[in-house]
Amino acid sequence: MKKIMKSHSQFVSRNSLAVLLLAAVAVTSCGKKAPVIRTPPPPVPVAENRNSALPTVPGAPTATLTVEPSSITPGQSATLRWTTTNANDVSLNTGIGTVAASGNRTVNPANTSTYTLTANGPLGSTSATATVTVAAPPPPPAPPSRAPTQSIEQRLQAELHDALYEYDSNNISDDARAILTANANALKIIFREFPNASVNVEGHCDERGSAEYNLGLGDRRASSARDFLVQLGIPADKLKTISYGKERPTCTEADEACYQKNRRAHFSSGQ
Amino acid sequence: MKKTLAFLLVALAAIALGQSPTITTWITGSGAKPALAVIDFRGAGSQPYMDKFNATLFGDLNGSSVFDMRPKGMYPLGNPQRPEDLRPEDNNQGFALPDWAGAPVNASHLVFGYTAAQNGVLVLSGWVYDTRQANAQSAQLLAQRYVGTLDEAGAIRVAHEFANDIIQKFGGAGSLLGSRIYFISDRGAGTNNWEIWSVNWDGTDQKPLTRLRSLSIQPAISPDGEKLAFTTYAKGRPRIMMISPETGREIPFLNQEASMNATPSWTPDAQRIFYASTASGTSQIYSAGYDGRGFTRISRRDAIEVEPKVNPKNPDVLLFVAGPGNQQIYRMSALGTQVQRVTNGEGEASNPSWHPDGQHFAFSWTRGYTKGDFNIFLADAGNPLDFVQLTHSEGRNENPSWAPDGRHLVFASNRTGVSQIYTMLADGSQVKQLTTQGKNRSPVWGVK
Repeated sequence: MKKIMKSHSQFVSRNSLAVLLLAAVAVTSCGKKAPVIRTPPPPVPVAENRNSALPTVPGAPTATLTVEPSSITPGQSATLRWTTTNANDVSLNTGIGTVAASGNRTVNPANTSTYTLTANGPLGSTSATATVTVAAPPPPPAPPSRAPTQSIEQRLQAELHDALYEYDSNNISDDARAILTANANALKIIFREFPNASVNVEGHCDERGSAEYNLGLGDRRASSARDFLVQLGIPADKLKTISYGKERPTCTEADEACYQKNRRAHFSSGQ
Repeated sequence: MKKTLAFLLVALAAIALGQSPTITTWITGSGAKPALAVIDFRGAGSQPYMDKFNATLFGDLNGSSVFDMRPKGMYPLGNPQRPEDLRPEDNNQGFALPDWAGAPVNASHLVFGYTAAQNGVLVLSGWVYDTRQANAQSAQLLAQRYVGTLDEAGAIRVAHEFANDIIQKFGGAGSLLGSRIYFISDRGAGTNNWEIWSVNWDGTDQKPLTRLRSLSIQPAISPDGEKLAFTTYAKGRPRIMMISPETGREIPFLNQEASMNATPSWTPDAQRIFYASTASGTSQIYSAGYDGRGFTRISRRDAIEVEPKVNPKNPDVLLFVAGPGNQQIYRMSALGTQVQRVTNGEGEASNPSWHPDGQHFAFSWTRGYTKGDFNIFLADAGNPLDFVQLTHSEGRNENPSWAPDGRHLVFASNRTGVSQIYTMLADGSQVKQLTTQGKNRSPVWGVK
């Protein structure tokens, strides 16, 4: 603000100086023969408008827009080319904005896009469009064989079975061998679908031995089942053994049927 | 009646099998016991509490197994309440010591006294006299005064204290007074879970010590009563945790990297822990400082080994349980050498518990019964074939643990259908049920 004020006052004093100078000339000439003062010629009048000053013939604007190629796949690019006439304001939509009266531009849309070139001139406006078709992406991978709405725990309970043991033994019987082999196959699929999952291999006992001894026995059962699964190609670091001794029975009847159910390696989610 | 008969038959069968009488003699004591007559004490201003007082005093003395308790029905009608009441002769009316020494009472010692309410408290004056002394002054064995609150609890308390002094006077080792039993209970623990609880030795003041809402099992109280180790699943896999039983606060314990660290027990000086760990792959015995540091593997066998129990008199010897194949009790040196089976291979044996004398041990055994039907047995560690059976198939009986007095045992039994905590004398008599609510098991007896 201050700067503006200053220049204004300079301007004023310069004009005043000119007036004084003229006055001085007038005063000086009074004493001598008065010269003829010529009025300077007027400035060239300013054209009322530019068009009137241009030699071109006035007309409505024209616009053309092409795209090459007109069809791409995601990641490829296409080139827009355009020309216009009689336009003083040319723009492209889709966020490109004002462009030269004619030119080209590379675009790489992810989706099928229609570009509109708009040309505004003194005698109106016009537009042209060009469409780049973007082909659909490749199809998604095949869906998992089962709906992913099941948790890993549900999968384990549905697809894995308990390996059963003889009394006071951690030997893997033929029956247990068959069950653990099937479990290994199921686990391979489950781990593919739950790559970060780990599984607890629980060792359990029937109620007859002492609680203390059964803790050690359950650990041996869990380890033997784990080792068997590892032999079948299940990564050891995916399997965590835990002995529950006889503290988490699956049934409580005092008969051999229930005892057998409890002498087991059971599988649960380690997460 | 049927039960008594069965008991007699078992006892006769044991004799018929030719069991050595040594362990039985050890249990019942050698020689004649002092024959004790205990009058019913009366109270001046404290009479409402005297039924409990008299029951407690007689119960404690009877329960000590130190005395031959003379039946009250044979007592003379006159009972001295203080020494001043005694006369040289009273013609069997009761105020003279010979009235008690002779038939039909035949007591060697007389316990008498009274209580009185005084200044808002209960004062017990108690005496023990030797009835066979001619001179009343030389007959006095014990004269003691006790003060308690003027209520039933106070009366029970002073009865316990007086009984304890009498037992000690007659050479009874240690004392139950103030001792507590630690066990696990499912009360408030959540489904399939257990918390650590404790209870006074007489069944009063039951309370939980942990609120982990997890599987917390196998309590082991240190011999000085200052620390309680146990096994807990609170952090996933079974590991050892330690707390102060007084404050409940956790004491740091370094667990080994293993799928299982369990069955902790203490050395007699309370400075070291022995436990079972699967750090080597199978459950083996380790020792460590009480903070878990400096752990060392003791045994090196391809076996399942649990429950190491260090001899209270000789920390270089321990008992432990091993399998597979019928679990049995073994002994070995604290270096893992001289491994030797202790039980004879019959049935399944577990839960060894050293008697304070370091010579005998209690354990649970299925000998003579089907798998899982454990009973409590006693054996001489020097001659383990010399054993005696204390429970007789009244349900499943497990986890015997000696009282500090060396005369009582605590154990768990499901004889009522649900596992509860019981105490009994070392001869199997005087079984008392301490818990009734919820399920309770794995008791250990601590000095406090």
